[in-house]
Amino acid sequence: MAVIQVDRKPLTFAERTYIPQILSGLKTTWKHLRSTAVTLEYPEQRPNIPPGYRGVPTLVKDPHGREKCVSCQLCEFVCPPKAIRITPGEIPPGSPNRQIEKAPQAFDIDMLRCIYCGFCQEVCPEEAIFLQNQYSMTGYTREEMVNHKDKLLELGGTLPDKHFKWEKKLHAEQEGNAH
Amino acid sequence: MPTEHVFPEAGAKAAAAAQEFEGEKMSLSMGPSHPSTHGVLRLQMEIDGEVLTKAEPILGYLHRGDEKIAENMTYNQFVPYTDRLDYLAPLANNVAYAIAVEKLANLEIPPRCQAIRVICCELARISSHLMGLGAYGIDVGAWTVFLYSFTEREKLYRLFEELTGARFTTSYTRIGGVSRDVPEGWTDRVNAFCDQFLPILEEILRLLTRNKIFTDRTVDIGVISKDDAVAYGLTGPNLRGSGVALDLRKDKPYSGYEQYEFDVPVGTKGDCYDRYLVRGEEMRQSVRIIKQAVAKFPGGDWYAKDAKKIFAPPKDKVLSSMEELIHNFMIVTEGPLIPPGEVYFEAENPKGILGFYIVSKGGGVPWRLKIRSPSFCNLSILPKVCVGAMISDVVSILGSFDFVMGECDR
Ligand code: SF4
Ligand code: SF4
Repeated sequence: MAVIQVDRKPLTFAERTYIPQILSGLKTTWKHLRSTAVTLEYPEQRPNIPPGYRGVPTLVKDPHGREKCVSCQLCEFVCPPKAIRITPGEIPPGSPNRQIEKAPQAFDIDMLRCIYCGFCQEVCPEEAIFLQNQYSMTGYTREEMVNHKDKLLELGGTLPDKHFKWEKKLHAEQEGNAH
Repeated sequence: MPTEHVFPEAGAKAAAAAQEFEGEKMSLSMGPSHPSTHGVLRLQMEIDGEVLTKAEPILGYLHRGDEKIAENMTYNQFVPYTDRLDYLAPLANNVAYAIAVEKLANLEIPPRCQAIRVICCELARISSHLMGLGAYGIDVGAWTVFLYSFTEREKLYRLFEELTGARFTTSYTRIGGVSRDVPEGWTDRVNAFCDQFLPILEEILRLLTRNKIFTDRTVDIGVISKDDAVAYGLTGPNLRGSGVALDLRKDKPYSGYEQYEFDVPVGTKGDCYDRYLVRGEEMRQSVRIIKQAVAKFPGGDWYAKDAKKIFAPPKDKVLSSMEELIHNFMIVTEGPLIPPGEVYFEAENPKGILGFYIVSKGGGVPWRLKIRSPSFCNLSILPKVCVGAMISDVVSILGSFDFVMGECDR
């Protein structure tokens, strides 16, 4: 096993006079004076947010404008600080999305509780909830910090969909009926 | 011949005054919100003039009951709570916890995942030591170090952000793997960071190592002998600073640490200066490990594919196949299925040895989870080292311990 002893030589006489350290310290300072600033003038300048960033959780729609959440309540279950509250609702039989059967009546995320862990996004079987790149949530009251369904959908916007699984179900049903 | 006072009255007065102050001690409370106690540690001190005669750390101001919380949630749900133990190195905690549960489940982890974890741990070590160094600098009156080390730490946080989606509360590991694979080109950026970091590290250390003001405040201050360090259960750089070469990455390698070449730095004296030097050297060694890990970064799976009852299926499958959808629901609601048994696993974290003792009665929820936190154990020696020190030395000693209250009180 390679063990090394850290080197601790006593200070030389010159070093004990403080002078070399002061000079080399000043040299370092001067070097950094000429380098570019490492800080940003927030909020005028904003940092680049990398893809996959875990910002504020939002609800998304599919390219046809359908709200994707089916209120399976998996995210509500998994959320470690219990920030999500969902009231499930039915989709009426006459609606074009009737084959989905369920949609949330109310969907609240309490941003005072949310820890931005991203578990809701990870477990969602519908790809309906996403943590996107919004990172600053502010409000004056506790109520303001609770994001309701409209706010969540507004924040989320529309994301592309690869599967359109509910359309597949609809087709299957129609074909089943045709047979 | 006894001395006779020319003015007997004045002599008697002086003697009385001396007697009055002799043996009179003052009690002084430092913290819980004091800049040099790094969080919410409170030190109840008894001082005789400037010299401490007693020092008692009072803990618990940040107690959140993490161990009890763990009993009420699935194994995966507890990962965000491990972020908040040593919040200066959340990735290392995530990894230690995941490995503990995986050991309980007897799970084989693919090499790619292990390499990711090693890189994470070492980056976390650098970021934690940078923070420790910067804060120590401030404690002993060197502001500049803090600014430079924070600039570097920020670069690390950019890397973490890209990898995990968050800068601070990474919650990156899952039982059986990690939450997502490394992004395209990330390892190259890690490599680039390492290359530019080494000269800057030298520059930062140069500001302190041979600095008379710094050595005046650290050399021969807070000396911990080898025996004491062992007896009090110190771990990490604090133990190695006293000359005991215990490093679990070497002694009980986990996550594939045996493949990497690195040295374990130890001190000779066990004073504050040695602990500082050990941390500095550890950062250099971490860079060495990361460079090796990046150079032979393995391909393949980044999570245990066979553990169908432990690691949730990929999203694509969940959306397109009924079986995987059900699996997803089962793993989320019941938790990863861990067989009954108990396990104790400890990992070499930046602050010392972080241990998890987990008892499982089967199922997805731990029956009991105990955390052995390095900062807590390291602080136990405080009453001993502080006695005889000056008040200003206490600041230096506390800084050299580099503890973090998040894991001390958990
Ligand atoms: S957001 Fe996803 S996980 Fe949450 S209730 Fe809706 S469909 Fe289920
Ligand atoms: S990000 Fe985490 S804490 Fe926030 S709502 Fe989702 S699961 Fe809950």
